[in-house]
Amino acid sequence: MTSDVILFFTLALIAVASAVSMLLSRSAVYAALFLVINFLTIAAIYLLLHAAFIAVVQVSVYAGAIMVLFLFVIMLLGAERVEATRREIWQQPVALILAGVLIVEMAYVLFTRPAAQQPLAPITSEDFGSPASVGRLLFSSYLLPFEVTSILLLVSMVGAIVLTRDDRKEKP
Amino acid sequence: MNVPTSYLVDLSGVLFALGVLGVLLRRNTLVLLMSVELMMNSANLAFIAFARGAEALGGQVFVFFTIAVAAAEVAVGLALVVMIFRPSTAWTSTR
Repeated sequence: MTSDVILFFTLALIAVASAVSMLLSRSAVYAALFLVINFLTIAAIYLLLHAAFIAVVQVSVYAGAIMVLFLFVIMLLGAERVEATRREIWQQPVALILAGVLIVEMAYVLFTRPAAQQPLAPITSEDFGSPASVGRLLFSSYLLPFEVTSILLLVSMVGAIVLTRDDRKEKP
Repeated sequence: MNVPTSYLVDLSGVLFALGVLGVLLRRNTLVLLMSVELMMNSANLAFIAFARGAEALGGQVFVFFTIAVAAAEVAVGLALVVMIFRPSTAWTSTR
C-alpha cells in the first residue's frame, strides 16, 4: 500500500509539473515536448491500473502520432506565426477569474465529499484489461461504435485534405 | 497499483483545470489545441480509474474510442490552423 502511494504521487507530481511547464513555456516546441512527457506519465499510470492495451494505444497514438502532427505544424508554420494578433484588454483577468472559480468549485467537490479513501480490492479476473479481453469486447458488444469510428476517421482524413488543398491554378 | 480511486480522480481534476487555464490564457493557437488535448487526457484518466474501481472493461473500450476521436479532432484542427495561418507564398517544389 505505502509503496503504491509513493509511486502514484511520484507519477502525479511529474504529470502536474509537466502540464504546468507546458503552460508556462515560451516556445511551442517545448510545450509539445512537455506534453509528450505528460502523456507518457499518464500511460505509466494506465499500466499500473491494469489497462495495458490502453497504455500502448496512448503511447503510440497520443505521444506518437498526435504530437508528431503538432510538431510538423509547428515546423511548417513557425511557432510565432500562430500567435493571435489582437486581444481584448479584459480577456486575461476574466479568464483568470473564471478558471479560479472552476478550480475552487472542483476542489470543493473533491475534498468535501464523503471519504472514499479505501484502497481497491484486488482484481478477480486474470486478464482484466489485456489486449485479448478488450478486443473481444470491442468486436462483440461495441461493434457498431467501432465501425462508426472508422467512418469518423475517414471523414476527418477527407476534411484535412480538402482544407489544406492549394486552390490556385497550376501555372504551366 | 492499489491507491483509492479518489486520488486518481483528483489528479484528473487538477489536469483538467490546468487545461482550462491553458485554453483561457495562452495566445498561441497550437498551445491552445495542446491544452484541449490535456483536458481530453484527464477525462480518459478518470475513465480508466473508474474502470479499475468498478472492474468494468467498458470504460477502457470507451477510452479507446475517445483516443480515436481525439486523433480525428487533431487532424481537422491542425488542418484549420494550417489553412488560416498559411504563408502567403506557398512553399512548393516547383518555385
